[in-house]
Amino acid sequence: MFGPAMRRFGHGTDLLSEMQYLHNEMSRLFSSVAPQTVHEYPPINVWSGEDNAIVTAEMPGIDPSVLDISVIGDTLTISGKIEPEEIKGGVYHRQERNYGYFKRILQLPFHVNAEKVEARYENGILQVKLPRSEDDKPRKVMIQAE
Amino acid sequence: MLENKEFQETQSPADLERPQNRKVYLPKVDIYETKDAVILIADMPGVDDKSVNAVLEKNVLSLSGKAELPAFSGYTIVYGEYDGGDYHREFTISDEIDKDNIGATMKNGLFRLVLPKAQKVKAKKITVQTE
Repeated sequence: MFGPAMRRFGHGTDLLSEMQYLHNEMSRLFSSVAPQTVHEYPPINVWSGEDNAIVTAEMPGIDPSVLDISVIGDTLTISGKIEPEEIKGGVYHRQERNYGYFKRILQLPFHVNAEKVEARYENGILQVKLPRSEDDKPRKVMIQAE
Repeated sequence: MLENKEFQETQSPADLERPQNRKVYLPKVDIYETKDAVILIADMPGVDDKSVNAVLEKNVLSLSGKAELPAFSGYTIVYGEYDGGDYHREFTISDEIDKDNIGATMKNGLFRLVLPKAQKVKAKKITVQTE
């Protein structure tokens, strides 16, 4: 409750570092109280089919050319940057929309054939179709009768 | 009786059409002001230009949009962080806006409104005359 180590005030010789310590402690104390409302960006939905999975992500106003989608093994990574609007000398009254760098990593239940991944972006929704790799497809085992 | 009538008048068609069991989201907006206009950008992912609506009634601008989750045949949803639903938000606009020339575009899930300032409130430079 009192942090990693109990400290007494007045024992340090540097007042500034004492202040810094106090500041850090206060920050730590209050950060744990803050509600955990931070959600990962972008929010995603995953759809599963027989040989494919489809991942959709809500990301309005993205420039698709700066979007980086990569697949390694069974891991899908979506990353990019949302640029704030060029307001040409204007003044913001309200700025609620997200901007900045983002990265989302998702592990799928199968290995993906990276060659055949398809992605499209429409109405602010990114849609990535991930086909299961041939090696990872279920195989039917034949039982040999004697 | 009068109160009842007023209530009906302020209800927009979009409100009447909306089924009660759909989720309604408050879209995130950016609003900025330039020399000539106020620009409003609302996040409405999943909404296309046909399912978005902007209504100006007196000085209340209401934005609404409808987003549906896609139906992929042969697929089942296994993990979900967002859902379909309606977007709705209202803003009160001052008389400084030229209400007849509001422009709206829908692109990439962004609803953009350009609210030009009325001519009379545009800043005018006053030349100082020397006597």
